[in-house]
Amino acid sequence: MATRLRLLDDAAWVSVNDTREVGTSEVWPVAESFCPCELAWLVVEAYVEIGVDGRRVEARARGHCVTCGEAGTTGWLTVGRVTDDGFERARGVRGSRRGSPASGCRGEC
Amino acid sequence: MPTDVERWKDEVYGEEIREHLFEFAAAGWDAIPDDEHDEWFERFKWWGLYHQRKGQESYFMLRIGTPNGVLEPGQLETVAEVADEYARGPVDNPEFGAAYCDWTTRQSIQLHWIKLEDVPDIFEKLAANGLSTKQACGDSWRNIVGCPVAGKDTHEHVDAWPVAEELHETFKGGDEYANLPRKWKVSVTGCDQGCGQGDINDLAFEPAEKHGELGFNVRIGGGLARKEPRFARDVDVWVPEEKVTDVAAAATELFHDHGDREDRYNARIKFLVDEWGADKVRRVLQEDYTDWELETAGDDLRDQYTYNAGGDEHGDHVGVHEQPDGNYYVGLNVLVGRMGVEDVQELAALADEYGSGEVRLTQRQNVVVTDVPEEELDDFLAEGLLDEYSPDPHPFMRGSIACTGTEFCSLSIVETKNRQVRYARWLKDNVDVPEGVTDFHIHLSGCTASCAQPQIADVSLRGMKTRKDGEPVEALDVGLGGGLGEHPQFADWVEMRVPADEVPGYIRNLLAVFEAERDDGETFREFVASHDEDALQGLADPEETDYEDPYMHNTKTTWYPYADEDDLGASPAPTDGSGEPLSVDD
Repeated sequence: MATRLRLLDDAAWVSVNDTREVGTSEVWPVAESFCPCELAWLVVEAYVEIGVDGRRVEARARGHCVTCGEAGTTGWLTVGRVTDDGFERARGVRGSRRGSPASGCRGEC
Repeated sequence: MPTDVERWKDEVYGEEIREHLFEFAAAGWDAIPDDEHDEWFERFKWWGLYHQRKGQESYFMLRIGTPNGVLEPGQLETVAEVADEYARGPVDNPEFGAAYCDWTTRQSIQLHWIKLEDVPDIFEKLAANGLSTKQACGDSWRNIVGCPVAGKDTHEHVDAWPVAEELHETFKGGDEYANLPRKWKVSVTGCDQGCGQGDINDLAFEPAEKHGELGFNVRIGGGLARKEPRFARDVDVWVPEEKVTDVAAAATELFHDHGDREDRYNARIKFLVDEWGADKVRRVLQEDYTDWELETAGDDLRDQYTYNAGGDEHGDHVGVHEQPDGNYYVGLNVLVGRMGVEDVQELAALADEYGSGEVRLTQRQNVVVTDVPEEELDDFLAEGLLDEYSPDPHPFMRGSIACTGTEFCSLSIVETKNRQVRYARWLKDNVDVPEGVTDFHIHLSGCTASCAQPQIADVSLRGMKTRKDGEPVEALDVGLGGGLGEHPQFADWVEMRVPADEVPGYIRNLLAVFEAERDDGETFREFVASHDEDALQGLADPEETDYEDPYMHNTKTTWYPYADEDDLGASPAPTDGSGEPLSVDD
């Protein structure tokens, strides 16, 4: 079954199957070369792209590291999973994948 | 490729949404198919309904568009009745109670906790009194703004109220202009102070003279959102009053045809003006959208603009001011633009008793009672309601503006209104007002959408997050020195990610430096302008004080920031038409 993904509210939310699931304004620990920090603490200001790979929902986010101030756009980060019971948000340190998700888009997937 | 929103709009948009809205209202919230939520919520905006944020499912914000902020006699009473009956949520707001009205920076009215099932009754009550939510949101002509005392102002060159009224009647409703690429914000200014704020609108008409006749110069492409603020650009067009609607139609059609429908983040006309330049905008407007010769720009009056210019002004319309007919208008300060519903009812009654019953809303979230005879002034000013909503407020109370924030809004990053109330009170009690300052503008916007217009304030605050003591906390970016006037200026962002509880201390320290280092008579805006970016960043430091902020945690992850049990899991939403929780399995 297809997963409906959308960016809503001026890219402030990732909507998964018509429910706002992942919002901006969170501070994520991100383990990738986003900035010089060993672990970036990324405040997410907007989502740029979303995609789905199997059950995994991924996004590229625009934001900046609250430790060093470096701003930019991340690679593809897992933001959650679609389970039989609904959507389960990712927790803990986010890491970026090497490639793009199987189905990436800015609208419906 | 067209966006989902464009596809949805192609299927159903504009007036016809009402029929579907009423069908859903009759059948109940859960009649909206789960897989159609996004598209219907997007469409409902056209009728002034925003679905509230996560954790508040089934509740809506309802926006009433009052052109030029004018509430005719009896209309404020209707608004109060609707708010009292329908705008009550599961939990009270600790500052404002169970029901309240918000006056917005676009001279509109917002009510919250509206249930879909009540919408037909609300629309009926509003329509019976000449009010509407039509096109208050969505991709269309939004509420038309202007000088809030148009027609009652001694500073006026042109009475802009009939112009705004004609635009409202022409462009609200109907199919021709229903579906634009994005929102379309229009301002009409007739006074010599510039208080229509045309500079930050998509389309602005500003007073100008040509051939000895007063009319309007046209500017296009202003706006504040998305960290991409633009002042409206001069497109070298002057129009006489009788041609304003024709030029507005031409500009709207140009936007309709050329606005970017494939990327909503690039859709506002400010980006088209960036791409084309003002000369091309004028050329296309002339060649493709008008069948008469456009006049070149006339002599504008911008050198007289004092509104939000940073100096001695009455641009916020607070205070007692004589009208040309010898009566008075009295501007009342509404801290952060929110009034409890009992106060709104009393205001409506007082406007009726002392004035004509008319009340107007300003772009600084305040209210104006018009047409008060001189002999009634003293009694009106002695009314108890004016103790709280003062015509002579403390400068920090007077200058405080805040958007909706995470209380209800999906976009906001931080709590705003209650925080700004606490800031204003703390500053009033703890910070000396610099000599000569009567109106110090502090605008708090929860995100980059900039609904509180932070870029044109003395101190600009914008929602952000940071970490403090290892924990994520709500924070604010701080900008300085914004304002309008003859030479408008956006704020410089000088302090980033300041924990929200350290912002009052920063402002205190900043104003102490200003008072100590300013030249004689120098305004705060002039003082900021005299420093370069590095110097501004070193002016003052954030500091913890005895100010306490109860909203430091991530209010966006609560279902309602002021609930005792605020976890998302404790939310009663979605609820049915009676406010009873609906089972997820229903």
